[in-house]
Amino acid sequence: MVGIIAGIIQDGLIYGIMALGVYISLKILDFPDLSVDGSFPLGMAVTTYCILHGIQPYLCLIIAFAAGAAAGAVTGLLHVKLKIKDLLSGIITMTALYSINYTIVGKPNEFLSVDTATVFSVIPKNTPFGLYNYRYIIISFIIAVIVKKLLDWYLKTKSGFLLRAAGDNARLVVTTGKDPGKVKILGLALGNALVALSGALNLQYTRSFNVSAGTGTLVMGLAAVIIGTSVFGKIKHLTLTSGVLLGMIIYKGCISLAMLAGLEAKDTNMIVAVLFVITLVISRAKKKGGEQLC
Amino acid sequence: MLKLSGIYKTFNKSTVDEKVLFSGFDLSINKGEFVAVVGSNGSGKTTILNIISGDIAPDSGKIELNGEDITDKKNFVRAANIARVFQDPAAGTSPSMTIFENLSIADNKGGRFDLRRGLNYKRKDHYRELLSVLGMGLEDRLGTRAGALSGGQRQALALIMATMAKPSLLLLDEHTAALDPKSADIVMNLTDKLIHENSLTAIMVTHNLRYAVEYGTRSIMMHEGSIVLDVSGEKRNSLTIDDYLAKFNRISIECGN
Repeated sequence: MVGIIAGIIQDGLIYGIMALGVYISLKILDFPDLSVDGSFPLGMAVTTYCILHGIQPYLCLIIAFAAGAAAGAVTGLLHVKLKIKDLLSGIITMTALYSINYTIVGKPNEFLSVDTATVFSVIPKNTPFGLYNYRYIIISFIIAVIVKKLLDWYLKTKSGFLLRAAGDNARLVVTTGKDPGKVKILGLALGNALVALSGALNLQYTRSFNVSAGTGTLVMGLAAVIIGTSVFGKIKHLTLTSGVLLGMIIYKGCISLAMLAGLEAKDTNMIVAVLFVITLVISRAKKKGGEQLC
Repeated sequence: MLKLSGIYKTFNKSTVDEKVLFSGFDLSINKGEFVAVVGSNGSGKTTILNIISGDIAPDSGKIELNGEDITDKKNFVRAANIARVFQDPAAGTSPSMTIFENLSIADNKGGRFDLRRGLNYKRKDHYRELLSVLGMGLEDRLGTRAGALSGGQRQALALIMATMAKPSLLLLDEHTAALDPKSADIVMNLTDKLIHENSLTAIMVTHNLRYAVEYGTRSIMMHEGSIVLDVSGEKRNSLTIDDYLAKFNRISIECGN
């Protein structure tokens, strides 16, 4: 039982970083960015390549982050410069990324051997208190908290203010003498960078790359963001970013429960879809109540 | 300081809905003028503001601001010198951000939006002072989200944000039209006060003839893309609402509130 819960938290933290990326594009920029379905496996592909080429595991995370940022910037450029609709821009990037990810790794599936060093190897086998057994959850927790704290800090900077204003009211950005298009591109780059970082961490945890691993990423992230903002959004002294991380843990818990109840792996996408509709309906019902108050 | 010359604009060109709005429109506004623009729907009042701000490009013609040709400049580039308040109170502020955050953004206009702290604590007292003038109690609610404010409060905040950086030109696009009569009067008084205190040049489009008579230094009446009345000084002071109505008796104008 403890193992299952640890696994849920572990997964929730890794995918939570992805949800933070979706939070930027969807909640802050109001942009349903489907390119995350491609940038999550992009992070995995880049990391597979880098690890196999002997690059330091932590450096791999940074390279994946940069690759994700580039992918997000492409979506932004398609949308802002070529005036392609938001959803379509994401789909185009996602489609292209499938080929890119395949090319980076060279085959649709790849595995890292168990003795390959990863970011989790900083806690060696002989660490006291049996910390070795909890290395995945410890490292994931530290990285997720660092990412969350950095994001919180960024959203309070002048640049972060502009990003929040761009999603809220693009006219205000124009009034301030800044190009809202550029702000949008920057936000999408940041969002996809976090998604790719999450993919990179996930790859180092599971040690297996699958070119189709990104399917459903956006919907999963969306669900976590909605759970996070609607369930934890009202709690004082809890930032929305913490809510999003917790949202992903709850989401992963629900999936695990469904599996324990006898559903099979093939059913997960159906569970995801149903869960998503439920969270959407609940959050909308809440919103309506809020609007009446105003 | 602002000069529009030979502006042409046709909407829905080469379709059955083609509408020629401006053909050779000219307008000159001097520094320090506060121009009230009235006119029926479709007379081109708002379009002229959009052409000045860069949200709509004219088919041909030239726009000069402070002697500089800005015809080909994008709206956000022009915004460095031009501020605007819209009819929709939601358009001037960021609803999910607090009053303090909104003011800090507006205050940084023209500056760099980098990784320095977004909130400007040094200017907090100054913000409080600006807000206390409104008499709405907003000075004690800096942490309130702008989206939670009433229309009048939001518009007052938008007005303060727009005039903070002392723009060369302030565009007011029916900025009291969406407010209840009392809030509209408060916002209108505030507008007049801010324009005087900062010696701004302003163009105010309004459907409220009373405002056009009581406020401003020059009145312009538009009809189907041309100026049919342009008065200032003594001549303007002698005109009453009835005179404006008589001039425009065939065009429906909502009179006062």
